[in-house]
Amino acid sequence: MVTELLETPMKHTISVLVENRPGVLARTAGLFSRRGFNIDSLTVSTTEDPHTSRMTIVVDGPAAILEQIGKQLYKLVDVIKVMDHTEDHIVSRELALVKVHAADSVKRAELMQIVDIFRAKIVDLGDKTIIIEATGASDKIDALERLLEGYGIKEMVRSGRVVLVRGSRTT
Amino acid sequence: MTSTTAPPRAAVRMSGAQALVEGLLHEGVEFVFGYPGGVLLPLYDVLYAAPIRHILVRHEQGAAHAADGYARATGKVGVCIATSGPGATNLVTGIATAYMDSIPLVAITGQVTTGAIGKDSFQEADITGITLPITKHNYLVKDPAEIPHVVQEAFYIARTGRPGPVLIDFPKDMATATIEVDWEDVQIRLRGYRPTVKGNTKMIRRALEEILRAQRPVLYVGGGIIRANAAPELTYLARALGIPVTATLMGKGAFPETDALYLGVPGMHGTAYANYALDAADLIICIGARFDDRVTGDVSRFAPNARIVHVDVDPAEVGKVMHADVPVVGDAKHVLVELLAELAESGERARDLAAWHAQIAGWKAAHPLKWSTDSRSACASQCGRAERPARCGATACTGGKGTLKPPAIISAIWTATGGKAIVATDVGQHQMWAMQYYLVDDPHHFVSSSGLGTMGFGLPAAIGAQFGNPEHEVWCITGDGSIQMNIQELATAVIHRLPIKIALMDNGFLGMVRQWQKMFYDMRYSQVGLNVGTPDFVKLAEAYGAVGLRVLDDAEVPAAIAEARRVTDRPVLIDFVCEMEDDVLPMIPAGQSVADMILE
Repeated sequence: MVTELLETPMKHTISVLVENRPGVLARTAGLFSRRGFNIDSLTVSTTEDPHTSRMTIVVDGPAAILEQIGKQLYKLVDVIKVMDHTEDHIVSRELALVKVHAADSVKRAELMQIVDIFRAKIVDLGDKTIIIEATGASDKIDALERLLEGYGIKEMVRSGRVVLVRGSRTT
Repeated sequence: MTSTTAPPRAAVRMSGAQALVEGLLHEGVEFVFGYPGGVLLPLYDVLYAAPIRHILVRHEQGAAHAADGYARATGKVGVCIATSGPGATNLVTGIATAYMDSIPLVAITGQVTTGAIGKDSFQEADITGITLPITKHNYLVKDPAEIPHVVQEAFYIARTGRPGPVLIDFPKDMATATIEVDWEDVQIRLRGYRPTVKGNTKMIRRALEEILRAQRPVLYVGGGIIRANAAPELTYLARALGIPVTATLMGKGAFPETDALYLGVPGMHGTAYANYALDAADLIICIGARFDDRVTGDVSRFAPNARIVHVDVDPAEVGKVMHADVPVVGDAKHVLVELLAELAESGERARDLAAWHAQIAGWKAAHPLKWSTDSRSACASQCGRAERPARCGATACTGGKGTLKPPAIISAIWTATGGKAIVATDVGQHQMWAMQYYLVDDPHHFVSSSGLGTMGFGLPAAIGAQFGNPEHEVWCITGDGSIQMNIQELATAVIHRLPIKIALMDNGFLGMVRQWQKMFYDMRYSQVGLNVGTPDFVKLAEAYGAVGLRVLDDAEVPAAIAEARRVTDRPVLIDFVCEMEDDVLPMIPAGQSVADMILE
């Protein structure tokens, strides 16, 4: 399936399970910048356990540096578990909200077709613009973004990647 | 812990400040080094009557370094206290110093009340944010019920695994809150913190196989041996198998430096023979060291023929700089004990490394540590006089510009003390000479800011070391640059009648920077001259109530050392007026390799 192909990880996606404590985000994110590692995206929220938060971090870099980052993360007292999902079967999703110029009724119709094909939604319909909500793997969102660029993207926000490992194994 | 401080059996009501101090007593804290302030009033009110010795320093940086020196010289956790805002930020250099050298430290800072945090209140600083990259962990206490747990966890984290500083930020309203404490119930709740202590047995066996197979092995050891109290096991291993040992600046005392198997310190200002041995080795057994750039120089050319066994308690160190052929993650003592048990089981005895020993003996004979005896002391000071000021008599220029050689002075101190003193150093040329010429045979005897290279560390660290070892002779080897960075702590030493001997290598220069300017910047001595404006150190010592001595001639050196050693009730500062432009050699310039070593 197309979606399966789109889910092929292009970068390292790591899950970091952390204590849900003040300052834990600064501690973790700060480590990346200090060690010269760029974060592509970072999402954080509590898990099924209110004492635990999960960070899903997408980073770009050679495997050796990633291994060092993993070890450095483990040194943080608030970090419980670090997993690199590069080799894992995962479900990976991102949410995007895209505001597109759509004053022209012909273009508006085309946009609705695109929305349909990408299984996205129109969540705001204005005189001059529409807001499209889409979820999917990063590549699918990238593809949608490229198509919408032709119509004029007024503004856009993407949530960053969240992932879970497929099957009964925990992430 | 004495019986008088035994934990109460049931829940007891107390203030947060009391809980903090009781927590310190539970951890066996004898000394805290600190400086009070507004938000710390409730804590200092408890300390007023607490069975704990608070040492009032003269600057918070001194408190951090004193706690650090205490920790290095005793193996216990050092504790320092500072108030919010500037008090806390003044600790930062000391915390970073301890962090770089993996020293167990608990720093307690006052903080404005929780309601005032984030409002740019008077003396507010985000010290947990500021110290994030230089602490092993830190806490901002926001619930007074947490205080007993936080104190216990802070000490646990500071001393276990790879040790390091932990900071507790303590808002004033947490100190005044009333809580119920049952010490029996206090627990460590750290599911994300599980240091690896025991090494992997398979890896330890592989390490032993490598060791028994090697023709040219070198043990390269660091502070990890000292922090793990593994010096006896290391010494046994090296002697049992005849393996030469090189120990880093942090590792001085991990192995007896007067032993024939000892190679001296490796790296930039290490011995030529230690660097030649590492270069020629077919196996490097690194234990509790981290292939620091001052040791390796150009990593791609470091130890090109060696396989590497790397033992470290911190998994992130193994493979960080050099690929480890045999990685062993674990506490140095545990790993060495297991390795020695495997060795005993294998029945192997001292191996025939005669050819390797002979090769090393050749290097030692050809390139011993030595200092130049020629004097190049033409005065280059800004005062404009032609003569050397030590001779010209200019009253404004009493320091620097003599004929004494720091290596000779340090060797004389070593001889006089039988190598048994605890030596704290500052940072610079004198530090490298102390490293080369003050040989220590025991752990916890050499106290030096190695990773961060903090000038101003020496005197407060010596104070901490002396408090921790009241019967022991403590020397501070320093320079005219470094001593002026925390000279105010002379007051602390005088008040407590600490008989610290301060050997000041006074050459009128920031000598190490000058050396680099000479070697790499065409002798353009930019902002390194200290003579103009330098105080008369003898008078300064006397002003503080210490003994001040000045030595101008070689012949006076032993007598001055002997005189200093006779003083038992106050510090002694000896102003050794030294040769201005002495260089520390050998030297491998930064980023280069053993082939580029400058010997003369």
